[in-house]
Amino acid sequence: MLSELPLLSLVIWFPILGGIAVLFVGDENPARAKALALTVAILSFLIGIPLFSSFDATTASMQFQEFVPWIPMFSVNYHLGVDGFSMPLILLTAFMTVLVVIAGWEVVQYRIAQYMAAFLIMEGLMIGVFAALDAILFYVFFEAMLIPMFLIIGIWGGPRRVYATIKFFLYTFLGSVFMLIALIYLYNQSSSFEILDFHKLPLSLTEQVLIFFAFLLGFSVKVPMWPVHTWLPDAHVEAPTGGSVILAAITLKIGGYGFLRFALPITPDAAGTLDWLVITLSLIAVVYIGLVALIQQDMKKLIAYSSIAHMGFVTLGFFIVFSIYRDTGSLSGAAMGVEGGMVQMVSHGFISGALFLCVGVLYDRVHSRQIRDYGGVVNTMPIFAAFMVLFGMANAGLPGTSGFVGEFMVILSSFKASFWIAFLACTTLILGAAYTLWLVKRVIFGEIGNSHVAELQDINTREIIMLSLLAAAVLLLGVWPDPLTSVMHTSVDNLLQHVTVSKLL
Amino acid sequence: MNFVAPDFMPVLPELFVLTLACLILVIDAFLEQRQRHITYGLAQLTLLGAVLLTLVTYAHAPVTTMFGHYIKDAMGDLLKLFIYLATAAGFLYSRDYLRQRDLFKGEYYVLGLFGVLGMMIMVSAHSLLTVYLGLELLSLSLYALVVTDRDSPVASEAAMKYFVLGSLASGMLLYGISMIYGATGSIDLQVVADVVAGQGMENLVLVFGLVFLVVGLAFKLGAVPFHMWVPDVYQGAPTSVTLYIGSAPKLAAFALIMRVLVDGLGTLQGDWQEMLIILAVLSMAVGNLVAIVQSNIKRMLAYSTISHVGFLLLGILAGTAEGYAASMFYAIVYVLMAVGAFGMVILLSRTGFEAENIDDFKGLNDRNPWLAFLMMMIMMSMAGVPFLAGFYAKWVVLQAVVDIGLVWLALVGVVFSVIGAFYYLRVVKCIYFDKSEAGEPEIEMSRDTEIVISANGLLLVLLGLYPTALMTWCAAAVLN
Repeated sequence: MLSELPLLSLVIWFPILGGIAVLFVGDENPARAKALALTVAILSFLIGIPLFSSFDATTASMQFQEFVPWIPMFSVNYHLGVDGFSMPLILLTAFMTVLVVIAGWEVVQYRIAQYMAAFLIMEGLMIGVFAALDAILFYVFFEAMLIPMFLIIGIWGGPRRVYATIKFFLYTFLGSVFMLIALIYLYNQSSSFEILDFHKLPLSLTEQVLIFFAFLLGFSVKVPMWPVHTWLPDAHVEAPTGGSVILAAITLKIGGYGFLRFALPITPDAAGTLDWLVITLSLIAVVYIGLVALIQQDMKKLIAYSSIAHMGFVTLGFFIVFSIYRDTGSLSGAAMGVEGGMVQMVSHGFISGALFLCVGVLYDRVHSRQIRDYGGVVNTMPIFAAFMVLFGMANAGLPGTSGFVGEFMVILSSFKASFWIAFLACTTLILGAAYTLWLVKRVIFGEIGNSHVAELQDINTREIIMLSLLAAAVLLLGVWPDPLTSVMHTSVDNLLQHVTVSKLL
Repeated sequence: MNFVAPDFMPVLPELFVLTLACLILVIDAFLEQRQRHITYGLAQLTLLGAVLLTLVTYAHAPVTTMFGHYIKDAMGDLLKLFIYLATAAGFLYSRDYLRQRDLFKGEYYVLGLFGVLGMMIMVSAHSLLTVYLGLELLSLSLYALVVTDRDSPVASEAAMKYFVLGSLASGMLLYGISMIYGATGSIDLQVVADVVAGQGMENLVLVFGLVFLVVGLAFKLGAVPFHMWVPDVYQGAPTSVTLYIGSAPKLAAFALIMRVLVDGLGTLQGDWQEMLIILAVLSMAVGNLVAIVQSNIKRMLAYSTISHVGFLLLGILAGTAEGYAASMFYAIVYVLMAVGAFGMVILLSRTGFEAENIDDFKGLNDRNPWLAFLMMMIMMSMAGVPFLAGFYAKWVVLQAVVDIGLVWLALVGVVFSVIGAFYYLRVVKCIYFDKSEAGEPEIEMSRDTEIVISANGLLLVLLGLYPTALMTWCAAAVLN
């Protein structure tokens, strides 16, 4: 019976309609608006659970498909479906939205209904991005997502919010319009907007390279990759806590997901020819951005840069497959890279979200994000300190936490490709540990830095719930990643088989 | 001598509007100022009647009448329907605005209706003479409308500028028409098309005529480099008139291009395509770049219009049925957005206060969240962000351009649309991120205005969620 329900449509539209309902409850009645928002967020997550429980991990074909003609003139369809790549990300989105709603509970005073509604609508749109199997539908969700995020940063953000949010919007917009042209071009060649039809479309190398660059522009801004990453630190610093969490935990993943869904399978030959470019950019992100993170004075900025460095691992894992396959001819070695990237995406979603929430907890009390305004927080907030240390360790890739699994898999597979790539990637173990632990040391440990810190209250029940949910996820994924990797095995193999076959005419 | 009366059935809506406009002119003379709402009501009734008549006589197959000078087809009827709707919405939005400024006079509505008649004639013109007639009827009404507030020096300057430059453009157009007549021996567009198809492009007079025609049309449309009147007129005219100029006439101008260039001179497509490419690229570039530095919202919207005209031309220059349908869709969506945007500017004005600057939108979210939301939707739609109607409009014209292999042109288009997004975002920024100055009064609007502006904004969302219906109508209308 469950499979009869249009589950994907439900997880997309329920939060959107719920968000609109929250808007109608209005700011005059904040308590009711918040309660409704939380109910909607939790229900959407619950609706999403069957996606995992009835997921068939043995097939790489799309599941829970829904198909309705939408714009027949251009054969655009409302076509939804998930595979092993998108399903975990959908659940991640629904999960993080619940946390974000909890995180904004007492903190946001100004227009709380609009705040909650923006996040709920955002949730629906992001799930739409992951579930769309039609290129135009994907593009519509991909772009529409900008509107709520633009408002979230701009309305509830910090002092330089206007600059940050307009920069965020224009960067992403510029990146994605080229993708639109590429999609239109692909439609002209294939007379269909189905992403799966694009996968089968033969293209010459020149066409592939140009289309690949269009995708690269669109998705690298989102990931973000060096050198188009500069919007991210600004956006993160200025965004309210919830905005930072969603940005880091979900929207960055959409870039990575885009590579898997579009760039690799549609233009495999171009991706194989230009893999050195993406690998170089990824390594720059890992090494150089890691160094940049080291010198940050602002906690949020530091975590933002650490996000870029970690996402470098994701793109590295995705693109390392080509040289492994060229050198060894083995698909199984290559699979580890892609899987590692995927695990890294999910794990980074939890960890970065958790770290931003931790910073939010401190910021709500002291109203400063500067590292030098803290010190010795452990003395006044022991429970909080325990959580922050845990998440810090996870960010540094400590074995036993989810941060370790993804990084380890990617490093292991890059050893198969080249020693030096793996060597550079390994520097993250040092750099990541350095900037994270140094941050933790300066903020949490040591003498009580100032009177503000001395007056700190430890976290309340609401914050404990929020952080322990994440802590559980981080630890669970760290010691037992199998539920996650097993659902994507088949999809990864299918992708690799596709990617390694030339599409040249 | 034998006189055969032409078939008047196809021109029934035109005759109706003409009769009613004349009637209103007479009735209005006998009304006192406090009864002026009767004029307003009659004007709206006229438009409503025109809607009904057009719907009843909707042309499923093209019919020509008036000895081939007039055509009634699906494209014309669909455009006319949107012309009535845009005008009616404009009349409604500006009612209270005009009242507060002592401009609530019968002339506004009579001139408005004559303008509508002019547009209807343009839309249905099937000979170069009818084209000119319709255009002049519209233009003369507009010149007078701009200066309805006759004591305002800015409006007078704008009207003067508009009149002089408009006459020049009309002259160009007439010159072009006379050359085409010289080369083909006819003003009937069908005959012109047949003769041109026989002659090919060898005829130099014909090509010269085409150039003058394109210049005249580009001027009326406000395409760069013939755009200089647009910002000044938009800014100088009372906002209610700006709304009128900025909305429905664009539909008529689109029809004009379709009739003259596509129906009449379709064989010369190779020649006018290049001209239109230049106009389109320049319009998108200048419109979007110059709009960035504007602080006056009417001026900003004027430059935004110019950039939209550039996009509109993309579809036409593609020269395919899909392209024409795409442009038609674009024109209709643009008019919906323009009516909404100018309507919003009007609603923010009140007695003794003209909303003129982008800053006047500051803190709108605190003053009226619903209007703020609608204005955001309109701005995002203009910027071409999905799921709003403006996105599909941009998408279909880009698709048309890519179809004919001009990928570079599509790239130019999207780059400028990103640049354009900046100034639309700035309006959203004022609405949501800035605080209004203390003591701003509540925004007052009548119930009917509120309903219509809501419908206007929500229509953009609705068309964004389900653009198929309108797209299909446009495609069917163009094929027909």
